[in-house]
Amino acid sequence: MFTLKGNRLPAADVKNIIFFVRPRLELMDIIAENVLSEDRRGPTRDFHILFVPRRSLLCEQRLKDLGVLGSFIHREEYSLDLIPFDGDLLSMESEGAFKECYLEGDQTSLYHAAKGLMTLQALYGTIPQIFGKGECARQVANMMIRMKREFTGSQNLIFPVFDNLLLLDRNVDLLTPLATQLTYEGLIDEIYGIQNSYVKLPPEKFAPKKQGDGGKDLPTEAKKLQLNSAEELYAEIRDKNFNAVGSVLSKKAKIISAAFEERHNAKTVGEIKQFVSQLPHMQAARGSLANHTSIAELIKDVTTSEDFFDKLTVEQEFMSGIDTDKVNNYIEDCIAQKHSLIKVLRLVCLQSVCNSGLKQKVLDYYKREILQTYGYEHILTLHNLEKAGLLKPQTGGRNNYPTIRKTLRLWMDDVNEQNPTDISYVYSGYAPLSVRLAQLLSRPGWRSIEEVLRILPGPHFEERQPLPTGLQKKRQPGENRVTLIFFLGGVTFAEIAALRFLSQLEDGGTEYVIATTKLMNGTSWIEALMEKPF
Amino acid sequence: MDCYTANWNPLGDSAFYRKYELYSMDWDLKEELRDCLVAAAPYGGPIALLRNPWRKEKAASVRPVLDIYSASGMPLASLLWKSGPVVSLGWSAEEELLCVQEDGAVLVYGLHGDFRRHFSMGNEVLQNRVLDARIFHTEFGSGVAILTGAHRFTLSANVGDLKLRRMPEVPGLQSAPSCWTTLCQDRVAHILLAVGPDLYLLDHAACSSVTPPGLAPGVSSFLQMAVSFTYRHLALFTDTGYIWMGTASLKEKLCEFNCNIRAPPKQMVWCSRPRSKERAVVVAWERRLMVVGDAPESIQFVLDEDSYLVPELDGVRIFSRSTHEFLHEVPAASEEIFKIASMAPGALLLEAQKEYEKESQKADEYLREIQELGQLTQAVQQCIEAAGHEHQPDMQKSLLRAASFGKCFLDRFPPDSFVHMCQDLRVLNAVRDYHIGIPLTYSQYKQLTIQVLLDRLVLRRLYPLAIQICEYLRLPEVQGVSRILAHWACYKVQQKDVSDEDVARAINQKLGDTPGVSYSDIAARAYGCGRTELAIKLLEYEPRSGEQVPLLLKMKRSKLALSKAIESGDTDLVFTVLLHLKNELNRGDFFMTLRNQPMALSLYRQFCKHQELETLKDLYNQDDNHQELGSFHIRASYAAEERIEGRVAALQTAADAFYKAKNEFAAKATEDQMRLLRLQRRLEDELGGEFLDLSLHDTVTTLILGGHNKRAEQLARDFRIPDKRLWWLKLTALADLEDWEELEKFSKSKKSPIGYLPFVEICMKQHNKYEAKKYASRVGPEQKVKALLLVGDVAQAADVAIEHRSEAELSLVLSHCTGATDGATADKIQRARAQAQKK
Repeated sequence: MFTLKGNRLPAADVKNIIFFVRPRLELMDIIAENVLSEDRRGPTRDFHILFVPRRSLLCEQRLKDLGVLGSFIHREEYSLDLIPFDGDLLSMESEGAFKECYLEGDQTSLYHAAKGLMTLQALYGTIPQIFGKGECARQVANMMIRMKREFTGSQNLIFPVFDNLLLLDRNVDLLTPLATQLTYEGLIDEIYGIQNSYVKLPPEKFAPKKQGDGGKDLPTEAKKLQLNSAEELYAEIRDKNFNAVGSVLSKKAKIISAAFEERHNAKTVGEIKQFVSQLPHMQAARGSLANHTSIAELIKDVTTSEDFFDKLTVEQEFMSGIDTDKVNNYIEDCIAQKHSLIKVLRLVCLQSVCNSGLKQKVLDYYKREILQTYGYEHILTLHNLEKAGLLKPQTGGRNNYPTIRKTLRLWMDDVNEQNPTDISYVYSGYAPLSVRLAQLLSRPGWRSIEEVLRILPGPHFEERQPLPTGLQKKRQPGENRVTLIFFLGGVTFAEIAALRFLSQLEDGGTEYVIATTKLMNGTSWIEALMEKPF
Repeated sequence: MDCYTANWNPLGDSAFYRKYELYSMDWDLKEELRDCLVAAAPYGGPIALLRNPWRKEKAASVRPVLDIYSASGMPLASLLWKSGPVVSLGWSAEEELLCVQEDGAVLVYGLHGDFRRHFSMGNEVLQNRVLDARIFHTEFGSGVAILTGAHRFTLSANVGDLKLRRMPEVPGLQSAPSCWTTLCQDRVAHILLAVGPDLYLLDHAACSSVTPPGLAPGVSSFLQMAVSFTYRHLALFTDTGYIWMGTASLKEKLCEFNCNIRAPPKQMVWCSRPRSKERAVVVAWERRLMVVGDAPESIQFVLDEDSYLVPELDGVRIFSRSTHEFLHEVPAASEEIFKIASMAPGALLLEAQKEYEKESQKADEYLREIQELGQLTQAVQQCIEAAGHEHQPDMQKSLLRAASFGKCFLDRFPPDSFVHMCQDLRVLNAVRDYHIGIPLTYSQYKQLTIQVLLDRLVLRRLYPLAIQICEYLRLPEVQGVSRILAHWACYKVQQKDVSDEDVARAINQKLGDTPGVSYSDIAARAYGCGRTELAIKLLEYEPRSGEQVPLLLKMKRSKLALSKAIESGDTDLVFTVLLHLKNELNRGDFFMTLRNQPMALSLYRQFCKHQELETLKDLYNQDDNHQELGSFHIRASYAAEERIEGRVAALQTAADAFYKAKNEFAAKATEDQMRLLRLQRRLEDELGGEFLDLSLHDTVTTLILGGHNKRAEQLARDFRIPDKRLWWLKLTALADLEDWEELEKFSKSKKSPIGYLPFVEICMKQHNKYEAKKYASRVGPEQKVKALLLVGDVAQAADVAIEHRSEAELSLVLSHCTGATDGATADKIQRARAQAQKK
């Protein structure tokens, strides 16, 4: 198994070579290069190509144009639409989905999402109710209804696992991903970037502590860690506000050292045996604790820095509606000091979203500052952001954000980070709009917020998929409903944390399973929308 | 009921054979069977008769008639034979009639006499003629074997996938073999033929002579040979009236029999049942039928009429002008139950149930007897099984009733077998009805499977019955009802006398949204019949765009195909149509079509972005999309142009486009960029170094770093860089240069618009505490504490904080106090705090 690279294939004594690829044209060029250089080299090999998740005529056409289509003995598709990331999390990992849908009018990823949902329904039963908000959500629902008609008769009769499906467009809530996530997992992602549930961390903190080592053999290679709920400790702290993580870690440390101390009390052979049998588990727990203590230290270094504090203050001011209508000093200083462009863009976009667009003068000022400081080529990026609605001039002179904020209670002043009572803990004050919509849908229903829904972009709708009488669920009292929530265009870890928090509420009544086109954060999101012409 | 076993004939000690009537034949045959070519399909299939064959007299004036009947003699088709002389008829596994002509052509007809296709058995046959032909069935399908006038064999093992195999020559063969047959061993078809006293086996490589083991001496010729239904057994009839029965591999003899009749039999077929140990062969002469097995005596029947034998999986069908009968070995379960004086559990249970109906206490006695032996389960099973093998519904019912009765006394008898048997028998009785005329036995039905049976009903256009069966058996719609409706619809579109509207409406009425019906298949059939309009109407009902689109493209309805593809949301499908359209239409029409389909347009734009940049420009031009045109030229200024003049020109085009798009800002910015580019070029020329493509900010920084302060100032003025940013910029650049003198001068040039804390910070960043302290004193009061702490003057910071009486500042200072050196300061703060609290 090798990653796709240009030029020659890595040497290996094999007869068959299989390419697993996304159906993207630029990848076809690389493959063609591989095949051609391989052909020149002599002994013929058999090539096969598997498109994930679907075959594409365009790609095959490209291969044909490049003269290598005939070299492939098999051209098939591997319809892997939704990839499970955790017990309650599925992602299509399609980076371009947001850009394709909102900038380029290419709905391929929506089609794949609908297909993925059909597969899910084939496995876990027809979902009786579909709710949605947004243009893309509407389209996915339409495709699903259409596909259902295509598949009828062959559907297997399975008791439905999901009660509801909620389809949400990312552009209904452009705000949330722009804000800095403040959960443990969210911060790891913001600072180091979690890729396919792995994170690469600076190795210094993970060096084995040996005395007299003098720090000579510090590892230079990044420390790679897998992060998911299979790790007991991580499952416990991943969704907590970072400020609540420290106390958990120190409590855990005490428990573990106490457990190790037990060995002094073990007197009889039986007791020792019992102690030894627990050792592997304890050691794993100790290792896990050590890792997360190191990560927490790394993060703490960042979060206690002045700049982080300043940035967060500005973000929170914007989200609570303070001074969103004029040029912000901090942003100005960031530009003047040439902080990372993505950071600047995130802040400017956040301000724009929190003000339902910026005054033309303010907008032009920011844009000019950015172009002069970072280069005129970024005019393309700015244009993309405007097209996506992240950055826009205020039209009609009305700022809708305060209405939305108040009705949906997006800003909560009394946040309890240690023992949260509301989802706003994930951003230390700001309750993610998307999750609030989900929460209000389950109780008391969207009818109560019709007005706000009309302000948010795209239609909202409800569809029913009738079930045969035999499959209708008779709910036991106290049994939770299960809602599958699909974020079209990406979801952040903080939003996931908020949904998990709702699932765990004792009187919540709804459990959430989350699906998305891509696990993302503000940085990766903006990055995908940027265009670099050279 | 006493004489229920009256038609049972024992063969040897262990087996009984019985013959019962299936139908009295409904046909009104004018000719004798012996004057016709006859072919009857297995599994109760149709019968084909070709009257007036050519071999009789050369009466060319009368055209022969080909008749097709159901097994009950209901006419299905009748047509005048207009082609050449036919040597042999046979049915394929799909119930297609294969007619092998003398010239080697094989004509294929459907069940209803509709001509399907034809193929030839090779050119060689044209001269030599076909002497004899056999149609046989293998696991691959149906095969044809012919014997030519040159005494050579040619065969094809599967007429669906025609591959002719010419078999090797038989050495010294001068005349036609006395008899021959096809064998099928190890998935390969062979031919066994008899020439005088010798037997030869032909496979595709060689001809080998074979000898059956234990063959009685004195044979000078083989008159007849028969292979069993499963190709496992072979029987040979010799001119001495001797019958040899053994395995088809000719390795083992099973038994032999001498019937002392030397006349060649008309037909000889195997009569055995799957999984039975008994082997028997049925031999037919003009007026005599004989069942021969491993027993000294044979069973003999007299034939009143000219009869024809059809071998089946589990017996033999015999039909004549007036009747159609079935001869088979009595199955074990039936034998157990009905044998005279049988004490088998099933027999007792049947008896018990009868007594129960008579309200006699004997019922209890019988039941007890079975229960005492612990055989009730077995008894019920026996009755169920036997019911399956009965032909008469009355007898089926009695047996099932007995089973049901016995079941009541069992605790946990799984109901499946009983329920399934009831269902199967209902289906069987329905298809056995003489109107339908498919006399399947239970074993045949199980071998055939319900799917194939449904296919056969559909083939006979018995749609309602097929649907009823599907509904009765609750088959999934896709396998059952939908499929049948689709077949019906395909048949319907071929009715050319009905108008398109009526057909489409009729089909939609019946099919509606029945899940799993492929309207596109039906439409394809309609298109195949030349009814394009009907096909389009039908396609409207097709829910799967993936199916609609290719057919629409085939019918050259590309625009319709495009909108269907868009509806589906399947972008790849849209591309398929787009590329098709692109080739089909001229550019103008193509663009116009795109214009009306925004989704297709944006997809095509994506395509162009990767493949045809020029087309992309044309598309934007057509739509007057000046904003995108501007962006396009911006991109082009980076990608396509190397020279500065070219780049500026591209940018100028972009700026013009932005003006047209009323995007003043972008236009101005682009003009600024052009200005900067030219300037950078000049700077490179005059100062050397690299300036091109640096941002304005970086250009100014580079100038400062290179000591060109004047030029930097000028540039900043030209581009109206705001003061604040310029201060930051200069500050950073000078600190990078560590030009402290210049920095100080700069700081004093006027009052800093960014305050003096940044000066402190930047000096500390360069580890110059000395310089930092200079600025710390100038920092405004609100940031003073911070600045003092930065330069490490904790004591003074504490003083300022105390002066400010700011709790926040106090704790900030306190957090900077390190134990040893700042002890005094810390105390001071604590005191100040305490005092503050007192007040």
